[in-house]
Amino acid sequence: MVGVFFRLVRRELVLALRGGIGSLMAVVFFVIAVTLFPLGIGPELALLSRIAPGAVWVAALLAALLSLDRLFVADHEDGSLEQLMLGALPPELVVLAKTLAHWLTTGLPLAAAAPVLAILLNMSADGLVILIVSLLLGTPILSLIGAVGAALTVGLRRGGALIALLVLPLYVPVLIFGVGAVEGAVLDTGVRTNLTILAGGLVAALALGPLAAAAALRMTTE
Amino acid sequence: MACIRGERPVFSRVSFRLAPGGALTLTGPNGSGKSSLLRILAGLLRPAGGTLAWDGEPLEDDWAAHRRRLHYVGHLDAVKPTLTVAENLEDWARLRGAAGPEPGALEALGIEALGDVPGRYLSAGQRRRLALARLVAAPAPLWLLDEPTVTLDAEAAARVAAMIARHRAGGGVAVVATHGEIALDGAQRLDLGDHAIPAEALLDAGDPGPEEESW
Repeated sequence: MVGVFFRLVRRELVLALRGGIGSLMAVVFFVIAVTLFPLGIGPELALLSRIAPGAVWVAALLAALLSLDRLFVADHEDGSLEQLMLGALPPELVVLAKTLAHWLTTGLPLAAAAPVLAILLNMSADGLVILIVSLLLGTPILSLIGAVGAALTVGLRRGGALIALLVLPLYVPVLIFGVGAVEGAVLDTGVRTNLTILAGGLVAALALGPLAAAAALRMTTE
Repeated sequence: MACIRGERPVFSRVSFRLAPGGALTLTGPNGSGKSSLLRILAGLLRPAGGTLAWDGEPLEDDWAAHRRRLHYVGHLDAVKPTLTVAENLEDWARLRGAAGPEPGALEALGIEALGDVPGRYLSAGQRRRLALARLVAAPAPLWLLDEPTVTLDAEAAARVAAMIARHRAGGGVAVVATHGEIALDGAQRLDLGDHAIPAEALLDAGDPGPEEESW
């Protein structure tokens, strides 16, 4: 079972790599979106560092959203989803494997690119470390919630826009506590509470996300 | 067993039993429910009524065990355009829990020369052959084939018929939806056109009958 799980993760990563630039779209979008803030607001360092946590997190949120619509659609269109549902893995683990691959190709690169972009926005060194930690805890939640949205809309023709409407409200708590943690570090008011809540959210999303997404996928393969 | 799709009744009072080595060909006009019946047998779709059993054990008790013993080849070939033929085959064998594809799967369908070709360069018939090669790559006792020879040439269709015959000789069971292109020796026939329900019958239906269905 474990071997089959990682085989599926491997397959998804190979498919993402061979998909070319499409799989890097989230990171490229993230870089461009954050770069727009200093261009639009102007070179006032105090103002930039004030908005830095929020700007980086909002851009990360939208970037994570961008690649979600392909998570199950390609497999649904070519029949792979049916075969996955009939394979050795329970549907819940299929969802978990695909979500893990999604996070490795979007969330992880986002967390890696974020500090460079935060320097562009004049964030302090304390803030950078917590920014990475908060993104490492928060982006898997984004992928897991997103997987539920993607599974619910997989059979629809214009599913992409609907995913955003379904998923963005659920992203709000992640945004609030993610930004809260970074601001706590920058202003030196403590980060523990916000990071703990994010970690708790991740555990809850890990437990519930695959269950909900697998139930939605069962309905679409009917 | 009965089936309702989108509030429209498709068939009712369908019942059959297959022994090891047995085969069933499903025939019937378009829309008579051949694909729906195969998807019900695969567990992808729930029947509106009736029961399914394997060796006398109801399938509802253990869908995971049922998934392990069946191969379903539907209308879609599940071939990834960016993976080569060999990679596609190996993935599906491993995702079914096998250590790797059984040797001879590509040869059985006559596509052994295409092993290194990415899926996007395959013709519709070659993709179909690759989808059917999965049957050999990871053995399973129950084959559910939905019009397996559509898009195939006569030579490949004969290979599929031979594959099914070998499978049955080894004690396997096959259920094949077809419009008559494929002939199976000693197979039972089920014409779903005979089991269609007129729409007005639905108004007082709800009871698909007590018929049992098992292999």
